[in-house]
This record gives sequence, structure tokens and C-alpha cells, in this order.
Amino acid sequence: MSDEEKLDVIIVGGGLAGLAAAYVLAKAGKEVVLIERGTACGNKNMTGGRLYVYSLLSLLGPELLAEAPLERAIVKEQITMVSATGGMTLDYTDYSFKEGIPQSYSILRSVFDDWLAGKAEEAGAMIVTGIHVDKIMEKNGKIVGVDAAGEEMFADTVIAADGVNSFMAQQAGLRNDLTSREVGVGVKEMIELPEEVINSRFGLQAGEGATRLFVGVSNGISGGGFLYTNKSSLSLGLVVNSRGLGNQRKKLHTLMQEFKMHPAVYPLLDGGKTVEYAAHLVNELGFVGLPQQLYRDGLVVIGDAAGFVINMGNTIRGMDLAIWSGIAVAKAILEARTSAEVGPRYMENIERDLIPTMKVYQSYPKLLEIPRMFTEYPKLANDMMHYLFAVDGSVPPKLSKAMLGIVKNNVSLGSLLSDGWKGVTSL
Amino acid sequence: MTVKKQSVEDLLGYNKFNADEKNPHIVIDKALCAQCTDKPCLVACPAVLYRQKGENSEVTFDHLGCLECGTCRIVCHNHGNKGIVKWDYPVGTFGISYRYG
Ligand SMILES: Cc1cc2nc3c(=O)[nH]c(=O)nc-3n(C[C@H](O)[C@H](O)[C@H](O)COP(=O)(O)OP(=O)(O)OC[C@H]3O[C@@H](n4cnc5c(N)ncnc54)[C@H](O)[C@@H]3O)c2cc1C
Ligand code: SF4
Ligand code: SF4
Repeated sequence: MSDEEKLDVIIVGGGLAGLAAAYVLAKAGKEVVLIERGTACGNKNMTGGRLYVYSLLSLLGPELLAEAPLERAIVKEQITMVSATGGMTLDYTDYSFKEGIPQSYSILRSVFDDWLAGKAEEAGAMIVTGIHVDKIMEKNGKIVGVDAAGEEMFADTVIAADGVNSFMAQQAGLRNDLTSREVGVGVKEMIELPEEVINSRFGLQAGEGATRLFVGVSNGISGGGFLYTNKSSLSLGLVVNSRGLGNQRKKLHTLMQEFKMHPAVYPLLDGGKTVEYAAHLVNELGFVGLPQQLYRDGLVVIGDAAGFVINMGNTIRGMDLAIWSGIAVAKAILEARTSAEVGPRYMENIERDLIPTMKVYQSYPKLLEIPRMFTEYPKLANDMMHYLFAVDGSVPPKLSKAMLGIVKNNVSLGSLLSDGWKGVTSL
Repeated sequence: MTVKKQSVEDLLGYNKFNADEKNPHIVIDKALCAQCTDKPCLVACPAVLYRQKGENSEVTFDHLGCLECGTCRIVCHNHGNKGIVKWDYPVGTFGISYRYG
């Protein structure tokens, strides 16, 4: 392709961020090509499993949203503090979560991304799969296109939507390679289980879903286990910080198998069949981890490539933000009069619609780096419960004395106070 | 057969791969690995593709079965090691293809 046959937009990466941008731009009549290295969109992608749908609704509107291959509307949220022999579970059910536009759904990326790619294609975007973009091309300080498997393609704007490892943003000098502190690694087993078994086991009606979080299963590494119910499968996984992982001696595969076989987890999976084993990185630093600059003349970075993930401990939000940033960049392109205006306009949109939310949670990573959160505190909670419910006929100590003893056995009072303080000031 | 503890080989066996046998997308330099003391890649790779038989044996790596996550590159380089001399995604259409994701 010569410099003259220039496209309006080239998008690198057909995840949620890239596809959202492609959909909006194509609908508005822009000539847009999206290049995805997978043989279909979604088949290189993995997630935990829960998509908050507000941004997808804004992208597609209610009619198309109703067609989307979403798995289950999440109405049940459970967090389990795991001990060696069991666990203490916090259980919250809220049926209003599925009324009107339900707030979150479990999804399978391979299925969902492929569907969204179809919608973007119907809108007029050209989706090229099975091609890896090798590099971005620069001319007089401006990004002018990409080189993919030896073929050069040119566009007014290149959108880097290539996910967490983003070599495009690195090549453009906008980001350094990831550090082990800033990313967690997630492993996941997809476990098939009949729909009716899931419904009865988790106390769900047809179409309703549950999410479960497990704290205390990560060998003291910052992280935890998750379980999302899909229509007829369970997404079971573990996310651990990669620095913490590299600093200890247990294999991630072993940690995952121990988690799966834990007495508080296994009964939920019993009778199921593992059908896939996946792994992926996830940004963990949120607002503090964002690169200084998210664009250059001719190039804009969105989604995971830009670090748009909020890790709240109990839930990870990256997919809704990926879609949101895809919409933001598309709007910027449509509003801008020159291609130099795209970056600044994109930042205006992001500062207005996305950054404020990320800022609210900016102190969470600090809290989640306290190792006691993943060892001592789950044990403390379980020891207290054990005292309340264990009866063996001997004379028990008084409640106040017992509780103080349990606290002292697990953590020093000093760290309890300091962690409590960090907790309060983070919120 | 119900869910049970499984070897990583069994788990990888469920996955759909289009193997690029001749063209490793990740390359290690065994001489550099020999100088590496903590070898975080051995525990961090979810597919257990970095192996070492005994304390003093060499580190070996097999790119087939790679889940393309990037963890090895990050733990290697962040621990001040240099053994991973090349880390790329596989060439288009090769590698892992998740059916669920
Ligand atoms: C274990 C885990 C659990 C998570 N749980 C949740 C959750 O429950 N809810 C939530 O909202 N978020 C969650 N997240 C985060 C969420 O998955 C991501 O934030 C989201 O997928 C980011 O979307 P994206 O489009 O930016 O990137 P991706 O989905 O990673 O898409 C990037 C795309 O670019 C392609 N690509 C990369 N390089 C090239 C290249 N050079 N040429 C061509 N194509 C290329 C890739 O193949 C891929 O399709 C989780 C993440 C992990 C790892
Ligand atoms: S990219 Fe991931 S799966 Fe592949 S070798 Fe590295 S750590 Fe292992
Ligand atoms: S961490 Fe890097 S240098 Fe060390 S053994 Fe692993 S690949 Fe080699």
C-alpha cells in the first residue's frame, strides 16, 4: 500500500478496546482496518469473567445488547476467607442487579470478542485476523502506519489496542516494558458443568449468576482465587502479583491445583470437567501505574495497553474501561479537525469520563500489597469463627479473652492498627 | 471423569495449539541462565516450560505449550537477569487458540 492510499484509522488488536473503537468509527463512516494476531478475535484473550455492561450498552444500545452472547447476570457475590480446613464466607445477594439493564455479566472472551467483531464488520470495519503487527512506522516524528508481516499500511491515526504487553506503546516510547510489581498473572481452568447443576449448587434461577472470591489461597502473595459461573461452565482461576510469585518457590501451576482441590472450593466443582487451561497478565497498579503520556502525533493508546484497569481487590475492572476508552478515542477522531488534534481530544474525553473513577481507587494497590491481607487476616477471621462454633465439651475461655488471644496469635497489635489505618485512608 | 489435581501436561493437552515447531518465539541463553541465582521463571511460568533437573543442571526451555502471557519475560528481567534474549508473540495464526478464554 502506498502513502497515498491512506486509511483513516488502523487499529492494532481486536480485544474489547480495539473492537469498540472499530465499531463506532465504522458506523460513522470512517475507513478503518483492525488487525488482530489471533485467527479470530478473542482466541488469544482471557479474562476472569465479569463484564460491567454500562459501557457496552452505551456502545451498542439496548437492542444489540440483548443479542450479545452474555453468560449469566450476576446477582450473587461471595467472598470467602479461606483457612487450611475451610473458610468464612460473606454472602451478598441483590436481585436488583439484574433488573432493567443488569449491571454485570459473566462472559467468555473467545465467544464474545468474535461476536463483537462481527458487529464491527457489519458496521463497515475491515477486520483482518491471523496477522501480527510487527512495528509502527514513523516519518518526521509522526506515526504514519504499521508494518505487518512485511506489508506496510498507512493511516491518519494508528490506535494501539494491543493489550497489557503493548509492544506498540513501547516502540512509540510511551511506555517501558512492564515491571513485575505492576502486573499480576492470572491462570484459569474452564470447567464444564451442566446448567441445572450450577443453578442448584449456587442457588440460582435460570440466567442468574454468582461470583466467588477466595482470599488466603495465594501462598501469601498479593492476590486471590476467583470463580465465575457461566451458562454451563465455571471459570476458576487464581491471580497473583508477579513480583510476589517470583520471590517464592511454589510453582504457579501447583498453587492453582492446590486452590482447585481446597476443601472450600472443590465441592463447587465436583462432577465438572476441565476443558481449557489459560493464562494472561493483568495491570494491577491502576491510576498510579498509568503512563505519563497516552498519545503521540498519529498514535493513541487504549485499553490494557494504556493500563486502564481498576483492581479493587474484590473485583477487577478492565473490560468495561477498555470499551469506554475505545469509545473515547473514536469520539476524539470524529471530533478532531486535524489528526494532530486527536490525541489531545482523546485525553480530554478520558480525563472527563474515565480518570475520575480510576482516581477514586488509586490507594487500593497499596492496601493490597500488605502481605498480611492474604495470610494472617483470613486465618484470624477463621479462628474467630472457630471459637464461636466449635464445641468440644471443655470449658471455653471467655469471649473477650479468647478474641484477644486469637488476634495476638495471628498479628501484632501494631500491624493491626497500621493496616487498619491504611485501610481507612485508602477508602 | 470429574475435576481433579492434574499435571500441567494434562492441562495443556486440553488446549488448542497450532504449533510453530521450527520457529521458537521465545529464546533463552543458557550461559546467562547459568549465572542466574534465583531462577524465578521456574515457578512463574504457568505452563512450566522452564525446567531444571537438579540444582546444578542447566535450565531448559520448550516454547511449545506457551500460553503467550509474558510472565517469564517480566520476572526474568525484573529480577536483574538476562537469560531471555528474545520474547515475541508467535507469528500470525501460530500458537494458542482459546476456545473459551
Ligand atoms: C485473570 C484475569 C481476570 C480478569 N478479570 C476481569 C474481570 O472480571 N472483569 C473485567 O472487567 N476485567 C478483568 N480483567 C481485565 C480484562 O481482561 C482486560 O482489562 C481486558 O481484556 C482488556 O481489553 P483490551 O482490549 O485492552 O486488551 P486484550 O483483550 O488483551 O486485547 C488485545 C488484543 O490485541 C491483540 N494483539 C496484541 N498484539 C498484537 C499485534 N502486535 N498485532 C496484532 N494483534 C495484536 C491480541 O491478540 C488481543 O486480541 C481480568 C484480567 C485477567 C488476566
Ligand atoms: S509467555 Fe507465559 S506461558 Fe509462555 S513461556 Fe513465558 S511464562 Fe510460560
Ligand atoms: S529467570 Fe531468566 S536468566 Fe534466570 S533462569 Fe530464568 S530465563 Fe534464565
